[in-house]
Amino acid sequence: MNPEQALSRRVRSIRPSAIRRFFDLVNGMKDGAISLSIGEPDFVTPWAIREAGIHSLEQGHTHYSPNAGFRELRTEICRYLDRRFALRYDPDTQVVVTVGGSEAIDLALRALVDPGDEVVVPEPCFVSYLSCAVLADAKVVTVPCYAEDGFKLDPERLRAALSPRTKAVVLGFPSNPTGAVMSRDELAKVVEVLEGSDAVVISDELYAELTYAPATHCSIASFPSMRDRTVVVNGFSKSFAMTGWRIGYACGPAPILAAMNKIHQYAIMSSPTTAQYAAIEALRSCDAEVAAMVAEYDRRRRVVVDAVRKAGLSCFDPLGAFYVFPDIRATGLTSTDFCETFLTEEKVAVVPGNAFGGPGEGFVRICYAYSIENIEEAMHRLQRFTAGRIK
Amino acid sequence: MGIRETILGLLEKDSRLTAERIAVMTGFPEAQVAAEIAAMEKEKVILAYGAVVDWEKTDRDPVTALIEVRITPQRGQGFDRIAHRIYSYPEVKSCYLMSGGFDLMVIIEDASLKSVARFVSERIAPLDSVISTATHFILKKYKMQGTEFAPKSEDDREALFV
Repeated sequence: MNPEQALSRRVRSIRPSAIRRFFDLVNGMKDGAISLSIGEPDFVTPWAIREAGIHSLEQGHTHYSPNAGFRELRTEICRYLDRRFALRYDPDTQVVVTVGGSEAIDLALRALVDPGDEVVVPEPCFVSYLSCAVLADAKVVTVPCYAEDGFKLDPERLRAALSPRTKAVVLGFPSNPTGAVMSRDELAKVVEVLEGSDAVVISDELYAELTYAPATHCSIASFPSMRDRTVVVNGFSKSFAMTGWRIGYACGPAPILAAMNKIHQYAIMSSPTTAQYAAIEALRSCDAEVAAMVAEYDRRRRVVVDAVRKAGLSCFDPLGAFYVFPDIRATGLTSTDFCETFLTEEKVAVVPGNAFGGPGEGFVRICYAYSIENIEEAMHRLQRFTAGRIK
Repeated sequence: MGIRETILGLLEKDSRLTAERIAVMTGFPEAQVAAEIAAMEKEKVILAYGAVVDWEKTDRDPVTALIEVRITPQRGQGFDRIAHRIYSYPEVKSCYLMSGGFDLMVIIEDASLKSVARFVSERIAPLDSVISTATHFILKKYKMQGTEFAPKSEDDREALFV
């Protein structure tokens, strides 16, 4: 028996990421190399949150939680979403605590999609959207977003992508990898288009807290017409620097959340108990720590954008997440060539934009969740790298 | 937060930041940042620029002591005059008027335990207004001015595609 043949066609249809070779190179780098490639906070989880996790262990809270998560946490999540983004949910029927935001996206797609249903995904985007949709047997329809629009979703392009078979639209703003955000006015035009369809929106808002002035985060679920057809996905990884705790959540219409909880119950059982206790503390007492991290990201963001432009690369002002997505076409290199050459010559790792979908070709993702010293040195090397290449 | 507080917040963490770098980080014009810094230096809002040093890693390893001083305030002068007589010695690194069980917290840095003891017995204790002193020696510094002495400095994250 050939184990390869035993694999499902669905799984086999997902090819190993071409980016893997690049990340193997990055991990093999020796001293003097700087990576601006990993999409996670460099900050350690604030101490009050870690302390709450430790305390829960000392108290012997080492058992399963209810499938949907502790009620105390679900209640705090509802309070937080109301306080920060004017979203109101019922903790008993409209919230499921998940293993990171990624699980919530997977659950939502599996709860909604039947084989052959279409899922619309704007690109460039977080790589999980497409793979999770494929694993849910969906037919993926991508919508390109372009630099000239600040990588925002164009309503007319969305309209063209919708069909009677569209089951879901996955939105990820603030965006990984571009840092683009959608304002309330811009979302309003998207809402107008969606009102003409029966698609459910899966709105990945993991980076909501990382929105920089003058922008403010607006959730598409805050539009009255979207409330009952949007699953909001959020979590603790980015905003509270809790990636390793693996904890996130989804909120939305009760029937969809009940279905998601059904899958979660059989696939996962419940999210990690220690992480749930830590998350309760995060929501109750860590606004100041979040604000301090956001302020620091904002300073780094300005440093990177300024340096990238001084390096001769054009770059729109990214007002969200912790990524800058400059246009590298002036160097005459493709995204992949740029990243591999930059890594080899200057020992700095950034990620090729095409790894996030076709429209990312000609761009690279620079993550600024790194110390300012590393960022400044990397930007110095970038300027040296582009100096001889831009005519 | 205004421009001054923004600049001060950054300089308090890293006093080597230039006006140019602060301007890039904050979005304020460089000339305005430079002018504000100059004005704050003149107005003594910014009093000094220093470094947080772990002297244990050097050949010089001074002794630091916290001295609680109880004093009798002087008519018309309160605690200020006696405090001035104490903090004017260069060995005194910090001096605070306190609420609670004692009046002045004096932080002294000197070459040895003996020299600190001598300073207390010869300079502070004999002063007329001083009722009593209690000297506490610092055994180990874990954190000072917001800086940890043994921070986890290495970024040991594995490259991972997210």
